[in-house]
Amino acid sequence: MDPGGDLGMGDWAIRVKDLRKQYPGRNGPVHAVNGIDLEIKHGECFGLLGPNGAGKTTTVEILEGLNRPTSGEVEVLGLEWRTDQVAIRERIGVTLQETRFPDKETVHEIVSLFRSFYKCGMIPEDVIARVALESKANAFIEQLSGGQQQRLAVAIALVGDPEILFLDEPTTGLDPQSRRQLWDVIRDLRDRGRTIVLTTHYMDEAERLCDRVAIIDHGTIIAQGSPAELIARLGGDHIVEFALDGAGTAEAWLASSFLGLDSVLAARVENDGYSLTVAEPHRAIPALLDMLESQHQPLIRLTTRHVSLEDVFVSLTGRHLRDDETSDAALAGQAAGRKKRWRRA
Amino acid sequence: MLRSSPLFQLYLVRLRDFYRQPARVFWVYGFPTLLAIALGFAFRNRPPAPVPIDLIEAAGASTIKAHLDEHNAALDRAKRAGTPSRSVPAIEIHEAPAAEAKKRLNTGKTPLVIEPLGSESWTYRFDPTRPEASAARQTVDDILQRAAGRTDPRHTTDVYVSEPGSRYIDFLIPGLIGLNAMGGGLWGIGFLLVNFRIAKLLKRFVATPMPRRDFLLALLGARLTFVLPDLAVLLLLGTLMFGMPVRGSIALVIGIDVLGALAFAGIGLLVACRATTTEAVSGLMNLVMLPMWLFSGVFFSSDRFPAAAQPWIQALPLTQLVGALRRVLLEGAGLFDVTPSLLILAAWAVATFALALRFFRWT
Repeated sequence: MDPGGDLGMGDWAIRVKDLRKQYPGRNGPVHAVNGIDLEIKHGECFGLLGPNGAGKTTTVEILEGLNRPTSGEVEVLGLEWRTDQVAIRERIGVTLQETRFPDKETVHEIVSLFRSFYKCGMIPEDVIARVALESKANAFIEQLSGGQQQRLAVAIALVGDPEILFLDEPTTGLDPQSRRQLWDVIRDLRDRGRTIVLTTHYMDEAERLCDRVAIIDHGTIIAQGSPAELIARLGGDHIVEFALDGAGTAEAWLASSFLGLDSVLAARVENDGYSLTVAEPHRAIPALLDMLESQHQPLIRLTTRHVSLEDVFVSLTGRHLRDDETSDAALAGQAAGRKKRWRRA
Repeated sequence: MLRSSPLFQLYLVRLRDFYRQPARVFWVYGFPTLLAIALGFAFRNRPPAPVPIDLIEAAGASTIKAHLDEHNAALDRAKRAGTPSRSVPAIEIHEAPAAEAKKRLNTGKTPLVIEPLGSESWTYRFDPTRPEASAARQTVDDILQRAAGRTDPRHTTDVYVSEPGSRYIDFLIPGLIGLNAMGGGLWGIGFLLVNFRIAKLLKRFVATPMPRRDFLLALLGARLTFVLPDLAVLLLLGTLMFGMPVRGSIALVIGIDVLGALAFAGIGLLVACRATTTEAVSGLMNLVMLPMWLFSGVFFSSDRFPAAAQPWIQALPLTQLVGALRRVLLEGAGLFDVTPSLLILAAWAVATFALALRFFRWT
């Protein structure tokens, strides 16, 4: 597919303006999507990163035509869902979270079924090979492992040879090897020039696969750009984490006292210790050690690492991506019409 | 090309889904068969069973007992001579003191208690609303009165009639055919759709260009494909094993069954149109099916219910289906005779489909 070769619709595969979605909830309306703007280019892999309940899945379902927005404009491949449903559906492919295909169908049969829905697409054998499931082509779906079922879901999304692929949390619940296999499939798709919209709450996945990422929290985009750009916004490339002996819980006033140290850009309390964002560890660490020694505070732990998108999220919101799993599950439970979520084993 | 038609592919999926699950095949075909065999044997026509009665130990009981024993002995002689009676039962006598006999009467262990009052009279104790009690009283009274000297002045003859078509098994088989149509429509379509919704398959399908009409037509097509073997198994069982008569047109029977299956498919669709859990849909299904199991004349005639309830009972689709099948199979009714039933079934089908499609939740 030639990514730039669409007729007269400009550069954008997807355009979204001021998208909003409200649900009636127990304590008043729940704003699942609270004003989102997106412009996704052809051929890019665009990530929507955020904690559970941030509104990623609702946004993507609106883009996929499975949900109607309360207000806002949505354009997919230059067409609108209100008027051109069938046309758009012919040109997109979708994986949904937690879809369970019928147990007693074989891989080949279910792929052929979905192939029959599209006017043009790939031969089932080819798409099965594309996701490395040839050895399981005649196996029943109930015999596939979790990773294989996810690859099957991607194959089914590909069978219509779509221009845009929506992948909703494709590696959630998978073991590390299956995740990496799926990443290879996604990278291959990106290399072939498809537009991919990837929803995830794994920052390593977003960093590895996406050209650009939008970080979503509480229904709005709080940051957007390539992973490298977002990380660069922190100003520093490194995180220094340490813990002090004798402190029951770390006290916040001590954290700000580290801010004055050489090349330290930010400091915060982290679990039972502290976390510093620094530009140059070779200057910040000796300065830190000197300060601690002069105050007779013994160090019991010290680690350094590169910054990640997780740190970007923390710096923007003060929370971790993972911490929110419990609180946002409660928020999701408030909205009427939300179904109980369960994780694939 | 047929292979690339979504309707055909969806239809194939339904067929494969069915025959690849042997347990389901058993429940759909095997269970009604076993049920028919079991009930057919339980209620088969038999020579009259001995009538149990209780005789209170008091003065005068021995005379009564002697008369009843003589009656039994005469029956026995006739049987050994090769001409057993087909209409007169033997009497099984249980002698007991008054308190025990009355207790057995109250707990349903015996239908009739005879209490001698001296040597010339006795009392019958029984519940007249129990048919076997009234029959026991009548039989015993005949025996004892004749033994005491009653004569029948007019000569009569008995002609026995045992027509196939009037036995319980003949009544039952059309009822089971109707039950299969109902179960298939509700579980086969309704329950299936809710499971698809829970598995997010409906949502997944709707995200493709698949025409929704094709999806529903494939479901209906599969349902009609399965209803014909259903019908065949029960008809063959009835005719070959029990000699059930088929007095009307088989084509009409098939047509009625198909229309009934469509009506229940519509009801199944309506029940499933918004349910999101298996608990909810199972509850709704039972709510819909149980009244029809009881009232629609499947296992016993719906005439037993009071007149005030009859209009409601007749409005139920299963009542119409089973009634129409019985009229065609057992009485040889023609198309004209069953048209009212067909219209009611068609009305159910059309109304439920229209409502279901209006309110069906795909995502």
